[in-house]
Amino acid sequence: MKIPTAILTLIVGILITLASLWVSQNNGVLLPIAAAAEAAEIDRLFAAMMAIATGLFLLVQGALLYSLLAFRRKPDDETDADPVHGNVSLEIVWTAIPAMLVLWLGIYSFDVYQSIDSVGTMGSHNMAHQHGDMEMVAVENGPDAARLTADQGALSPDSLSQAVATEAVEPLQVNVDGLQYAWLFTYPDTGIISGELHLPVNRPVTLNITARDVIHAFWVPEFRLKQDAVPGQVTHLNFQPTEEGVYPVICAELCGAYHGAMKTRSIVHSGAEYQAWVDSQLVASQSRETMAQSVDSMSPLEHHVAAMGMPHHLHDLSPHQSDLAQAGNSHSES
Amino acid sequence: MTEAQAHHLDEVEVTPWREYFSFSTDHKVIGIQYLVTSFVFYLIGGLLAELVRTELATPASDFVSRETYNELFTMHATIMIFLWIIPTLTGGFGNFLVPLMIGARDMAFPKLNAIAFWIIPPTSILLLLSFFVGPASAGWTSYPPLSLMTNKAGEAIWILGVILLGTSSIMAGLNFLVTILKMRIPSMTLNDMPLFCWAMLATSALQLIATPVLSGAMVLLGFDLLVGTNFFNPAGGGDPIVYQHMFWFYSHPAVYIMILPAFGLISEILPVHARKPIFGYQAIAYSSIAISFLGLIVWAHHMFTSGTPDWLRMFFMIATMVIAVPTGIKVFSWVATVWGGKLHLCSAMLFGMAFVSMFVVGGLSGVMVASVPFDIHVHDTYFVVAHLHYVLFGGSVFGIYAGLYQWFPKMTGRMLNEFWGKVHFAMTFVGFNICFLPMHVLGLQGMNRRIAEYDPKFAALNVVCTIGSYLLAVSTVPFMVNAVWSWIAGPKANSNPWKGLTLEWTVPSPPPVENFEEDPVLVIGPYDYGTPKALDVVAATLAPPPPALVGEGSE
Repeated sequence: MKIPTAILTLIVGILITLASLWVSQNNGVLLPIAAAAEAAEIDRLFAAMMAIATGLFLLVQGALLYSLLAFRRKPDDETDADPVHGNVSLEIVWTAIPAMLVLWLGIYSFDVYQSIDSVGTMGSHNMAHQHGDMEMVAVENGPDAARLTADQGALSPDSLSQAVATEAVEPLQVNVDGLQYAWLFTYPDTGIISGELHLPVNRPVTLNITARDVIHAFWVPEFRLKQDAVPGQVTHLNFQPTEEGVYPVICAELCGAYHGAMKTRSIVHSGAEYQAWVDSQLVASQSRETMAQSVDSMSPLEHHVAAMGMPHHLHDLSPHQSDLAQAGNSHSES
Repeated sequence: MTEAQAHHLDEVEVTPWREYFSFSTDHKVIGIQYLVTSFVFYLIGGLLAELVRTELATPASDFVSRETYNELFTMHATIMIFLWIIPTLTGGFGNFLVPLMIGARDMAFPKLNAIAFWIIPPTSILLLLSFFVGPASAGWTSYPPLSLMTNKAGEAIWILGVILLGTSSIMAGLNFLVTILKMRIPSMTLNDMPLFCWAMLATSALQLIATPVLSGAMVLLGFDLLVGTNFFNPAGGGDPIVYQHMFWFYSHPAVYIMILPAFGLISEILPVHARKPIFGYQAIAYSSIAISFLGLIVWAHHMFTSGTPDWLRMFFMIATMVIAVPTGIKVFSWVATVWGGKLHLCSAMLFGMAFVSMFVVGGLSGVMVASVPFDIHVHDTYFVVAHLHYVLFGGSVFGIYAGLYQWFPKMTGRMLNEFWGKVHFAMTFVGFNICFLPMHVLGLQGMNRRIAEYDPKFAALNVVCTIGSYLLAVSTVPFMVNAVWSWIAGPKANSNPWKGLTLEWTVPSPPPVENFEEDPVLVIGPYDYGTPKALDVVAATLAPPPPALVGEGSE
């Protein structure tokens, strides 16, 4: 009996290993495409975890299922089974192996985290000093008021060409604002404000994220990246899009009744397309400036609102829910 | 036996139904009060879940209003956590079983025990009444500033409710801790205790340490909401992240409050029906304590995307992964307990084995979401919804069902119907997996949680989930009919229908007031199956009671 058991165990072990390996190679269908450099790394981590999980899953479920079939009590057997109280070496093995696995997984996860950090993913070097990577800002004025006044000055042709020249080295800065129930993307280099996130492919991006009312979360599943947008604080997300395409930007933190409708798009362009988009936006913003001079009372956000064709009352952050809802809807459709 | 004693016992046999609606200080009555009350809330919470799943059957928001949808999932989670799983496992099973298992006549503080229970009915009614003013709708996590802005009256009621239920939980925790440490019969050392008592020891410590922090968070949130302070409100310079730290300092340990007692129940059930000692008693006992301790230092893994600093993310990632080790020890020990046994596949055993099987899925996905880079993708998605339901439904609720089938005869003196028990098991197991397995894929693909409307590309899997949830709803029917019918007219249970060795099986079913005629003496370990001594002990519990009892005890 001994030899067959050993062989059987060996065969089962090989089968479980093969299944784990197969799963580690074929879990791509479970995830959307990877459109950022960071996404590829995270997917490799996911594949490794899936392989381990599959092995353990098959081991435990297999043992349970086998017991269910093989160790049923015979109908008239009223006796007890053998009194096995434990097995110290077995217990050491199943303590040590998981301990080593989680240690390895912890180190691997740390490594992935560091490496996506080194290409600038989490942008968290300024995090370590105080609680969070957040700069506390007063909510009433919002960080944008300051940002926008600075941006107006940056619109001169000189600074524009400068921005283009340093493009290759410097990450593209985009200020992200979450509000019930829309995203606003401000490009400090050019002063462009957009309801959609336009990005050039293969250029590092830094998102400076905040919220105006409640907590939101910026999430692009194809980038595998998510960061809460916290009112009164600025959080960061650094990454590099690698695949051109159109991806959803989703709010992932419950933010009110229309949370599910708080969506927009992230469009990753080729370099030329992106420049064309920037140019078209600058033309639009010129005409907007003319408009702004005629309507003095409009806040910078209202310019955007007007440009986006949103209902005029969107800037008021505490109107009736239904009004906001309309705003959210018209935004997600635009 | 004197005439007085016999008379005393006779009264016990027919616990008058009024007793269950009174301020009884009998731990068994209180245990059943908890179990029945919380089962009603399971049904209410389940109804809310079915409404949520019905809304999600189609991508558009077309069944209830978006505001109502948020109220539904908020109250679903609140009820399931605070009024079903915690009161059932700690209040229900803890109360009924702990004194019996350690040979005590009651809990250490019987009146405190009754107060802890009687806080629950008015509080739960208050929470339900909040549906008339618009209940809390900011999720059970109730993050400010959103929670300060929507349905203020409902939110205020919710805060009050959570404080009161937390108070009840603290009282229960204190009571269990003292009872387990001080009320054991002299012959029972800690290492002779049934593993459910170990689990309750670990759980009670968590209740005592963590729950006050939740109450603190709620008081501050209440001030922000009602008085206009700015502890958490960024509009006045407050920090909403601080709330998240305080909330999760309780609410992560709360997960262990909800699963450790279920671990304990499973450790009781598997050996009895496998007719084999528990494999690695000490490893299972001490791993409960390890989980309890580690559970206190992992809370920020719920906040990996909150803008927490790097070092904090890494610390909490490692701490969280380490919990997999003691948890893995338990799972492997349970499998080894079943392995090579003589399995009696009754409903309790089926639910017990399914608990191990389903909990493993939730445990594995739990290690995955502990990994910061991966969690940044799946945080707040249906992957997390799937994970938490595999732990709290596949784990806690399967454990509760296993426990109900196991101890129903002891509690009521009647046997449940095994056929309908198995029907209930099959429907629950299949419905549960149809409902929650596809959610893993939905989350990975990009479906976020707490949304009333979603991308139409997720429609097909959501229909599957909804069908599964309906099957789950229907699965409660055979159980309820079985339980009610058997309680009234089921076959009488003897004192030890499963041939168990723990002390609760040495007393009649249902046990008399104050449980033991005289202090029991421990003659055998709780899991010494397979020894000749075990046969004698089981035979002694099944011996016909003294004639005086037969005459007056039976109807």
